[in-house]
Amino acid sequence: MADTAATADTSLAHDTAPETDGMRRRDFVNVAAVSAAGVGGLAVLYPLISQMSPSRDVLAESSTELDVSAIQPGQAIKAVFRKQPLFVRRLTPAEIAAANAVPVDSLRDPQTLAERTKEGHEDMLITMGVCTHLGCVPLGAGEGEIKGEFGGYFCPCHGSSYDTAARIRKGPAPKNLEVPDYEFTSDTKVVVG
Amino acid sequence: MSFPWAKEYQPTNGLTKFLDEKLPLPRLVYNAVGAGYPVPRNLSYFWNFGVLAGFFLVLQIVTGVILAMHYAANAQIAFASTEHIMRDVNWGWMLRYAHANGASFFFIVVYIHIFRGLFYSSYKAPREMIWLLGVVIFLLMMATAFMGYVLPWGQMSFWGAKVITGLFGAIPLVGEPIQIWLLGGFAPDNAALNRFFSLHFLLPFVIAGVVILHIWALHIPGSSNPTGIEVKSESDTVPFHPYYTAKDGFGLGVALIAYCLLVFFLPNYLGHPDNYIEANPLSTPAHIVPEWYFWPFYAILRAFTADFLIVPAKLMGVLAMFSAILMWFFLPWLDRNPVRSGHYRPLFRKFFWFGLIPAMAVLFYCGGAPAEEPYVMLSQIATAYYFLHFLVILPIVSSIEKTEPLPTSITAAVLGSDKEVVKGEAAEPVAV
Repeated sequence: MADTAATADTSLAHDTAPETDGMRRRDFVNVAAVSAAGVGGLAVLYPLISQMSPSRDVLAESSTELDVSAIQPGQAIKAVFRKQPLFVRRLTPAEIAAANAVPVDSLRDPQTLAERTKEGHEDMLITMGVCTHLGCVPLGAGEGEIKGEFGGYFCPCHGSSYDTAARIRKGPAPKNLEVPDYEFTSDTKVVVG
Repeated sequence: MSFPWAKEYQPTNGLTKFLDEKLPLPRLVYNAVGAGYPVPRNLSYFWNFGVLAGFFLVLQIVTGVILAMHYAANAQIAFASTEHIMRDVNWGWMLRYAHANGASFFFIVVYIHIFRGLFYSSYKAPREMIWLLGVVIFLLMMATAFMGYVLPWGQMSFWGAKVITGLFGAIPLVGEPIQIWLLGGFAPDNAALNRFFSLHFLLPFVIAGVVILHIWALHIPGSSNPTGIEVKSESDTVPFHPYYTAKDGFGLGVALIAYCLLVFFLPNYLGHPDNYIEANPLSTPAHIVPEWYFWPFYAILRAFTADFLIVPAKLMGVLAMFSAILMWFFLPWLDRNPVRSGHYRPLFRKFFWFGLIPAMAVLFYCGGAPAEEPYVMLSQIATAYYFLHFLVILPIVSSIEKTEPLPTSITAAVLGSDKEVVKGEAAEPVAV
């Protein structure tokens, strides 16, 4: 500090003199101010981005309750879950047998029928009605709709065929039809989501 | 566009060199709010409010565009969609309160900005165009704020829309057809709400455009300053960056603390509870008031209670209210004294602090008070003074006033003498 003693203005000396800790006071103030503004700016950014994610009223509609007692073997219904079609299908013994006969290793998205249904309800196949290719609604759940060459669902947009366990067998779709989270609250009631 | 000693932009790397050649945007910013803009060294905190106004304009546009993602401009569901924003949308309550109070803060800083201009006569040559554009911005702000207040479709929204469009009904002969045309109906309804929403979205961008012209016009003569004397030499100025970016940054921090106190602790303090009641065309609230920032002009509107010759009172009020602002367009030519700053104009200063400011305060208070005595009479006195001040007192004062001696230069005003500062040291005013 000997060479700065000659400077008459001590406050100026504070700013310009190299100090022992290697940080000038002005640099410290600068870094602190810019950091505080930066952290504050990022904190403000969070709500501005978060506001675009689903609002409370949308989330409140995000579970669906279904009564599956009226569905006959071989029949399917279309329900709505999170504003998207949901396929609920009661499989016939022949369809179950067909699904179980396929070697799992040969599948594009290997899954057994048992993995895609709930224990004790192996005949209830509940999947999203959204093709895993680009999101069209496959045919096969409605009365008289074609079911494709594997007897499950067929997407008319780009020709993906799903089998009786709604697994992808042919066409461009990468995955089986998605099985949403659901549980049986009684023998006939299902809560999806 | 600037003083000859303004620093020139030097692109330092490949990217900035490329940009400077193809689209010199960094150069534009450097010359506008960077080190390339020399600014008088003696600016007080009153000179923060232009930047603050710009900040709040951006804040309003950002929060407003976001609110428009969740709001539905339909009279059937507008009120419900506002409540949806408050209750369902993530952070919706914060965004709406930020927008509503942002409008108030925009007006607070713009009012201070205008009063700075009035006291320091910033409107005088060579800065008339900056002032005129500023008045245009203020008028656009008032239109935007009014239409924004209609959107939540509460009781005050509805009756505000009815009363304000009713002003146009005061125009002789064509008034009523104009009012019906403005509303797209006989009373505010879906058609009015939709067009107000459309214009409320559009006008802020028009304001942003006029703000660019305002700043462009400012950069030709450069900023004014508290002495009101022009920049003479390099020692009178400092570069905008870092000196005024730092000072404006500090001012912004203080403004944001006040703003956050309101947004997070008193979000409805400046609003009216009746606007949380859905619009009802069959029931007028007992006490209709506009938002606080319109109170002075609302008081002028209500000050005219008797017909004047052949002019009905209703028309007089409307004319007076619009004239109260339109008059500002003539201000540069009403005040002819070449001395700008109120600091050197003793007579002007007296009328400013003991005439104009109290009159504005009275108008402000009476505009928010019920339309009964003594507020009506007080409004009338204050209105009379308001117009007298600009149309009579200011022209007379500016011609008869004996002004105080001005400092020889800005540097002399700051340091006592501009001889003390050796050229070259002027860039280091940290020593003062």
